[in-house]
Formats: sequence, C-alpha cells, structure tokens
Amino acid sequence: MTDVAVVGFAQARSERHSPATTNGVEMLVPIFHEVFGATGLTKADVDFWCSGSSDYLAGRAFSFVSAVDAIGAFPPVMESHVEMDGAWALYEAWLKVLTGEAEIALAYGFGKSSAGTLRRVLALQLDPYLVAPLWPDSVSIAALQARLGIEAGLWSEQDMAEVAVRSRSSAITNAHAQLSGSTSAAELLCEPYIADPLRAHDCAPVSDGAAVVILATGSRASELCARPAWITGFEHRIDSASLGARDLTTAPSAVAAGAAAGAGRAQVAELHAPFTHQEIILRRALGLDAGNDRSGDGARINPSGGALCGNPMFAAGLARIGSAAAEIMSGRADVALGHATSGPALQQNLVCVMEAP
Amino acid sequence: MKQRAAVLGTGQTHHRSKRADVSIAGLCREAVDRALADADVPADQIDAIVVGKAPDLFEGVMMPELYLADALGAVGKPLLRVHTAGSVGGATGVVAASLIQAGVHRRVLAVAFEKQSESNAMWALSITPPFSMPVLAGAGGYFAPHIRSYIRRSGAPNHIGAMVAAKDRRNGARNPYAHLRQADMTMEKVLASPMLWDPVRYDETCPSSDGACAVVLGDQAAAEASDQPVAWIRATSMRTEPTMFSGKDNVNPRAGADAAAALWEAAGITSPRDQIDAAEIYVPFSWCEPMWLENLGFAEPGQGWRMTEAGETEITGSLPVNPSGGVLSSNPIGASGLLRFAESAMQVTGKAGEHQVAGAKTALGHAYGGGSQYFSMWVVADTPD
Repeated sequence: MTDVAVVGFAQARSERHSPATTNGVEMLVPIFHEVFGATGLTKADVDFWCSGSSDYLAGRAFSFVSAVDAIGAFPPVMESHVEMDGAWALYEAWLKVLTGEAEIALAYGFGKSSAGTLRRVLALQLDPYLVAPLWPDSVSIAALQARLGIEAGLWSEQDMAEVAVRSRSSAITNAHAQLSGSTSAAELLCEPYIADPLRAHDCAPVSDGAAVVILATGSRASELCARPAWITGFEHRIDSASLGARDLTTAPSAVAAGAAAGAGRAQVAELHAPFTHQEIILRRALGLDAGNDRSGDGARINPSGGALCGNPMFAAGLARIGSAAAEIMSGRADVALGHATSGPALQQNLVCVMEAP
Repeated sequence: MKQRAAVLGTGQTHHRSKRADVSIAGLCREAVDRALADADVPADQIDAIVVGKAPDLFEGVMMPELYLADALGAVGKPLLRVHTAGSVGGATGVVAASLIQAGVHRRVLAVAFEKQSESNAMWALSITPPFSMPVLAGAGGYFAPHIRSYIRRSGAPNHIGAMVAAKDRRNGARNPYAHLRQADMTMEKVLASPMLWDPVRYDETCPSSDGACAVVLGDQAAAEASDQPVAWIRATSMRTEPTMFSGKDNVNPRAGADAAAALWEAAGITSPRDQIDAAEIYVPFSWCEPMWLENLGFAEPGQGWRMTEAGETEITGSLPVNPSGGVLSSNPIGASGLLRFAESAMQVTGKAGEHQVAGAKTALGHAYGGGSQYFSMWVVADTPD
C-alpha cells in the first residue's frame, strides 16, 4: 500500500461566537494561508480537496458549496464533501492518494456551532420517527451514558472532574483553545449540575472553528516536512443507533477501529471526547491506559487540551488528527493517535495512527 | 497501484411522489435488498457502506445515516456519508469505487436516497442565508436563465426541449421503477403544458420523488467470482468550481468539461460519440440534454441540439441518452446520480430489460449539482480493459 503522511496542519482558534458566516470561508482562508505557508505549497499543488461540515449546523442547505469559495476553485478542482467531521474527509482524501489519483490532498472541516442551540440541533440526529420527536438533547443523552458508567462502578464524578482539570491545564499552552487554566477537582465538584451527573466542566464548550490537514505521498512528504507523520492505521466503524440496544458504557466501534489501526502502540493520543466520561470510555476502548492491554506507561492524552477546551463541530475530530500529527512533526512523539467521533453517545468512531519516519 | 473495481449488482425502489408505505429506513432497505440479491452477495460480505443524499433539510433529519446504520447493515462496519449537492449520487458511486480502487475493501455497498415527501425541498432550497444569492424558490428558477442563454447562443429551435422531455417520458414507460411512465407522451403534448420558468414547461421538468438506489461494488477477485455479468469501472471523475464568479460559463461550465476530459482520458476513450453506447446523463430540465451533450464532448459547442433533433439520443439512435427515462421520469434527488450510475451498469450487463440498448458494451453515468458546479461521472464496460 502507498505510504501516505500528514505534512501540514492548521486550525482556527475555537471561539464561542465567531463573527464568521456559517459557510466557514472567513475561518478557512486564514488557515489555508497558514498551512500553505508552512509547507510551501499553493492551491495549484493540491490534487484533491475534501471537506466535512453540516447543513443542519449552518441552518441552511448546501453550506459547503459556499465554503468552496475559500479555495478559489477556478480552474476547477477535484473535490468532494462528507456530511461528517473533517476527519472523515481526511479519510476520503487518504483513499484518493492510495488510488494514485492524488499525490497531495487537503482535507478541511468547519462548523459554526453558535448559529443555533447546539444541544437541540444535535437531537435531530436521532431516529426521526421514534426518538427525535421526544427532543432528547445531546447533553442529556451524554448524561444518561455518564450515569450508567457511574452506577456500574466504571468511573466516578471525581474521575470525570480530573479529566477536566488535566485538559484545562494542558490547554494553557494551546493558543487555539477556548478554555484553559489551573483548577482542581475539588473546586470543580462544588459547581452545580447542568444535566445530572454532568457539570459544566464535563461538557465541551460550544465552539466555532475550522481545521485543515494536508496529506502527501511518500515521494513528496519528505520534501514538504522534516518529520512527516506517516499513517500506519486509518480505520472507522459505526455502532447501532438504538441507544437501548447497545452498552453505552463502552464504544464497540472505537474498540474495533482501534484494534484494526494499531491504537495500543500510541505514545500520545488526541481523543475527540466532548464529555469527560467519554474520554475515559475511549482511553479504555483504545487500550491507552497503563496496565490494561499495554506494557509500560499509558499514552499521554490530549496534550492540546482536547475537545473539552474547544469543540468546533465538524472540525474538532480533524483537529485531533492534526494535533496528534503535530506531536510527531515536532519530535515530541514517535507514534501518535488521532481520534474523531460522531453521533450521539460515541456512536461512530475513527482512529488514525501515525508514526515518525 | 489502483485496483480494478466492478459493479456486481444494482437495486432501486419504485419511485413515487409519496412512498408513505415505508419509512426512510424501509425505503433504503428496499433498494439495498434488491442490489444484494442482484449481486448475489449476502449482507455479511459487505465490508463498508457509503451513503449519499442531498441536503438533510430535505427530510428534516440531521445526518440520517447515523439512524440508518442498523437498517443498512452497517453496525460494526465503516460507514461514510457523502454530500455533494445534486451530484451526490454520482459522488457516492465514485467514493465507493475509491474504497476498492485504493485496495482498502473487497465489497462495498453504495446507497443513495431522497424521501422528499418527508419535508419540502422547495422550502429547503429557498432559505436565504446572509451574503448569499437566493436560489429563487427552487432549481427551475435558477437554471431557466442559463437555458435561455443556451438557446440564444446555439440558435436552437424552441421545440428541442419538448423533444427531450417526450423521449425521456416515453423511455420511462419502459422502466418498471420509474415515477412517471408516459408511453403516449409527444412533443406536442409537452408544448401544450403550462409554462413554469420560461422556457421550461411543466412537462419539461423533473418530478419530486421518493426513492432510493443501491449498488454493490467489488474488487477484481469478487468480480471474477461472480456468476453474473459485471460492469467494470473503467474510470471515474469529479470536478468542482464555485457557484458564482466573474467569467463563469453557466451554459458550458468548465468543471463539467474538465471532468469529462479527465474521464475520457482515464478510460482510454478518444471519441466519446463513437465509443459510448449508452449515456445516463443528469437531465432534470429538458434543455440540459443538449447542453450536457456539448459539455461532455459528445457534440461541438452549439451543436448538441442537432443530435437531439435528429433522434440520435432516442433509445434506437446512435447515442441513446437516458434510456431509463432519466431524471425527467424519476427524481429522488440524492439518489438521482446513483441511479444514472446504476443504469449505466445495467446497460453493459444486459440487465436493463425493456429499456435495454441493444449491444451496449460501454456506458456513461453522469451527475451534476449545485449551481452547475459539481460534476461526477464514470464509464463502465463489459470487460475490464
């Protein structure tokens, strides 16, 4: 199989209210400029473009059509779009490179979550006949999942708060983060519930943002980047949509994708966990904790602060892969994992494992 | 490097204005079950699923593929959701082919659908976001000026559109799954129908349909193991340009011409007019036939209407266009592109029944979307090369 590597990554700062329009152009143009500047590429070098976004988030049909204006797509470009997080756009871009139709491929994702009431918008992802009419919002569904795990003794509110403390602390050095700072679990646990057992710190902030990742084939990657992040495993799976038909305290699709991609070897992992307890589920599903299925230390988790410190819908998963790749490109790690999720209660999961040359 | 890929089987629903007898999942499953049966591939042999549909606002369900995971047999498997506006059905076929051509999977199920009766497409298309040109209450109002421009530039006589519409509706009568089946449609009847968006009359515009299409694709080993004829994918192509910019040619968009040129080159086709035996072209408004004949390189600019007028695009002509009845006979929007791709495969495998083009060995599937800015296409043939 063709060698493919991540050679470039840029992201917009996560913001609670971006002045950008819902088509993402104002958030995308600066980060395209940044990633082209870093790699020395121009738009003419990109053989295939793929984006991830959601019309429902934008509250309009065809929001991605206007996003194409950020490319300057004339002469016309080879381009595609997924109604998914940009991480899956990266997957489609990876396929195009593997087929030999592209040597350089660019994936981007964007989302203006502030355009609506996110937790209610996401309720429209549910079964439209039997579940969505009840309007169970995304935070309430996550709360049910957290409660199941607490009652099964799999984690505690203390464990969850510690995830938030570590994430915010890590984000202090991340200029793109929306939330960061030093705090303690004891302090956070004094805060009120917003959806029992979830407190504000357990939930990712509502974020506007965008991210871009560039892929290159073996022959080009080393020219473009001193330490490309070579993709050695790229897998995704989906679980049942029926919330009552699966064990919500784990994520079988993450387990399967992680096993197929070789997740257990990662030294560092950027996990797309919009809720604190979901990070715990994912660490276990992917075998990242010390002692479980791995010898030696556990993987470093979310050195960027993760989605709990900035969760631009449809870009946050791609940003996790980009942030994991940055760990390799900077020399901080030799094996890194980027993860993306989609759907209620971790229904769909993607794992991208990357390694140093 | 690139692996061979083939269509092992296809399936589609009976397309109707309201399929109130089934849910969205039931509609998709109807097409999937037919495709799996046609391919003689059990569901557990499918490695991955690619879902395509047009805007989620058309049904009022955000990312419905999440809810459809169970009905599509996707649980525990990879599932991708494509959305490239009206071309999405075609893009769905192209992405599914990529999964095999990349060497990642052996058998892939592509599914595309639209259940327009669940919501209101006209409403979904008429939202006017800030800083964007309104699309003027649906697609007809948007495209009519481009058609008038085509007529002015080409000097085509006014009855060409009606000829296309009558032909496609008559072809639709040969297709048991078509939404509109009008065996006695004539050019005169079309010309007598009410004007909607000058010069597009009521009978020259596509219906609003509920429907789904599914295609099973396989790698070379899967194709060779099949007991049935398969359609080998010779080439795929996609191109995009912005909706609006100074110098945009809405009559003969460069993205379509570039996509076609890349397609023909990749498929080793030097004279599409001579080497393509049947073409399923995305024609939602009658006049798109001559426009796309030119854009695709079947005719010189300004000359496409002459092929239509001479009857060359009839099912018995030298280049049968839309023998299935096309989008003018069935338009479940998200599925319409995949239907074109599936019908092209049916032609080269001899499975097109009453609308079979005699001796078809090489066929084109084509789709476009947005403001004539997204193009996806493939060429399939009865042999791998």
